[in-house]
Amino acid sequence: MTFIVNILSLGIPFSVALLIASLGEMFNQRSGIFNLGCEGMMAMGAFLGMLVPYTIGQGADVPGIYNYLGLLLASGVGALLGLFFGLVVVTFRAPQGIAGIGMQMFGVGTAGTLFRHFIGGTQSVPGINTAPIPGLSKIPILGTLFFNHNPMVYVAFLFVPIAWYILFKTPWGLRVRAVGTHPRAADSIGIQVNKVRFQALAVGGALAGLAGAYLSLCQVKMFSDEIIAGRGFIAVALVYFGHWHPVKIMAGALLFALAQALQLAIQGLGIDFPYEFLVMLPYALVIVVLAFSRKSQKTGPSALGKPFNREIRT
Amino acid sequence: MELTTKAIDSLRIEHITKRFPGVLACDDISLDIGKGEVLALVGENGAGKTTLMNVLMGLYHPDEGRILINGEEVNFRSPNDAFAYGIGMVHQQYMLVPNMTVLENIALGFKQAWKPWKLDLNMVRDRIDAVARQYGLAVDPDAFIWQLSVGEQQRVELVKTLCLGARFLILDEPTSALTPQETDDLIALLKRMSGELSIIFISHKLQEVKDLSSKVAILRHGRVVFQGNTIDHSSSDIAALMTGHEVVLPHNDAPACTMGPMLQLRNLKVRSDRGFLALDDLSLYICKGEIVGLAGVSGNGQRELAEAINGLRKVESGQILFDGKDIANCSPVQVIQAGMGYIPEERNTEGIVPSFSMKENFILKDTDSEKYSSHSFLKNKVVDVEAEQLRQQFDIRSPNIEVAAGSLSGGNIQKVILAREISRSPKFLIAVYPTRGLDMGAAEFIHKQLLQKRNEGVGILLISEELEEITNLSDQVAVIFKGKIQKVLPSSEASRRRLGILMAGVKDDEEI
Repeated sequence: MTFIVNILSLGIPFSVALLIASLGEMFNQRSGIFNLGCEGMMAMGAFLGMLVPYTIGQGADVPGIYNYLGLLLASGVGALLGLFFGLVVVTFRAPQGIAGIGMQMFGVGTAGTLFRHFIGGTQSVPGINTAPIPGLSKIPILGTLFFNHNPMVYVAFLFVPIAWYILFKTPWGLRVRAVGTHPRAADSIGIQVNKVRFQALAVGGALAGLAGAYLSLCQVKMFSDEIIAGRGFIAVALVYFGHWHPVKIMAGALLFALAQALQLAIQGLGIDFPYEFLVMLPYALVIVVLAFSRKSQKTGPSALGKPFNREIRT
Repeated sequence: MELTTKAIDSLRIEHITKRFPGVLACDDISLDIGKGEVLALVGENGAGKTTLMNVLMGLYHPDEGRILINGEEVNFRSPNDAFAYGIGMVHQQYMLVPNMTVLENIALGFKQAWKPWKLDLNMVRDRIDAVARQYGLAVDPDAFIWQLSVGEQQRVELVKTLCLGARFLILDEPTSALTPQETDDLIALLKRMSGELSIIFISHKLQEVKDLSSKVAILRHGRVVFQGNTIDHSSSDIAALMTGHEVVLPHNDAPACTMGPMLQLRNLKVRSDRGFLALDDLSLYICKGEIVGLAGVSGNGQRELAEAINGLRKVESGQILFDGKDIANCSPVQVIQAGMGYIPEERNTEGIVPSFSMKENFILKDTDSEKYSSHSFLKNKVVDVEAEQLRQQFDIRSPNIEVAAGSLSGGNIQKVILAREISRSPKFLIAVYPTRGLDMGAAEFIHKQLLQKRNEGVGILLISEELEEITNLSDQVAVIFKGKIQKVLPSSEASRRRLGILMAGVKDDEEI
């Protein structure tokens, strides 16, 4: 029983970076932009997030506030990177897959280089600590599972209904879905397709940056070149797995994170088994699940990956 | 944005010119439409009709010329500007987002319902109700677009345009995808509406032009070649002006062929994509040198029938005897090699490879033949010579044989397909909606080719929704309903009314 509770309570915070990043990617893809550069945006977010408390935050009166400034900076720069990506793929209509790989390398490389320049070697930060919810966290089992986490965990799970509401209940969400599925129809009714795509990219970039900063400030509490470890790509896969729906994406993020927690727990048991295979487990799981999940053509953004040009007749 | 409710008393288009790279789509066009008038804009494919309307909607910017509403010059930079003046357009390819509901699709343009943090769908619903009551146009606001038939989608388009405040309607080939019944309904509806609205409609079906319009303008190669009142001119006058020559759609009046059966379908059962039986015990036979027209409302198994014969769909049970040999569940290659020719329904996606050049599309089915290849290399010279010959023989209008097939107009793409299929000297030809969306000139050409093949002894299965096409060309007419053949009758006995009754599923029409 404790074994299971341990895995669950470990898995929930593990899922947060994936959840935030894939909700961002969901907005990108719903608007028709395939952003493979998520990984790079997360890396930049991770570095910038910890840079703020590590530099100006040290020795300050209220060091805690600098963590949140770090999160804010990471989101802001993430949004800028999203807009930059938009310039490349929306304005100049570069092939999105290739541009995404470029963004990934740019982000990871720049973050690593800046890290070596400004910080040098491995340094940990105090980061943001768990904030048990008074009272509720004392409930046996449930308290440990749900009410004894980092504040950002609660925020991330709050993002799920918010994202759902924005996507399905607001005019902006309606526009995003329209330009990602049938941009010509949206255009014919007076919606500025490229403007909506830029907005979605800014939102997606901000969330990717925030997800990266969560890793460096809340989960690992340090920065290294490999901190993202493919989570940006997993986030892209989760969007497909979740059929572009926030709740299903959350389920995917939890599944992956629980697999990761499980493999860590098994390693901890000290069973004689090559740990490399265990580390592989969550990634292999994603591939298997994607291969067998239902391919729905009716719900997804059918214009995904296609630049829009009103005067090119198709 | 506030929508004006000011009436449009007159709309003038003056000297509009629009160029695309390498194409002059509209060449100095001037038109004039008054209040309550219905202008029919006719012309062959590629004459510039749609481009002109896109200019009027603010989707394209004209290179020269201006638009005047009530005598004042307007400058539309986006469709929003056109909506603001009460101009709305129903595009030929419907502009509806398939994975959203009717309500959401209309809300997309209904900006009064856009509250900062909430989409006021109830407001949109009320608006739809009001429009539905005013014009007698019922739609289900909660249905998803992908669930709707083509006719229903068009109704949604109309409702959408009216909800957005249109008092001046532009309809781009509104009937091109509709069944005959839906077409009649739409024409009746537009007639009712023309009392309150001005309408421009693009068409190349002359019957509709005569029925509906008060004025007609004919475009050819981007220029207005004729303008006048509809009642002063006969259909054949208009057809001649449209194509530049007299059009006589050919009739099949050769005596029925007595050669033996070529294709026999016996008790065919085939499933649709969604798993139900699309063909349920279907039997039919077609002789050599005979055209059998398959009439029916689309979606009654026509697509599945064509695909099953051509090896593209699994046959659950039954036989397809082709020249005496069962080809059920053969691969497409085997069917092609047995001598089957196929003009598929989706010409752009199934008929050609759009990014391949025209000449490459000509030889798609023969890349392995000794005629075009030796030792796994293509004989480019032979291909070029043959392709040039086909281009001229079939009057395909393109600069050369190297152009991408996908860049051609619909009529020319269909000619490419027809040229490929006919030049392979097939024993049998299946033609699915061969003239759908084509202008009269192209349709005339294709009909002549089909009749010529028939006279040479080729059996033809003609699947169509155009009753006129079927009765003109066929020796026998078979009516399909829910995957079964309702009745086969000689084309001389196939009146429009009788076919209509059979297509609606009434088994024995003679008692009515």
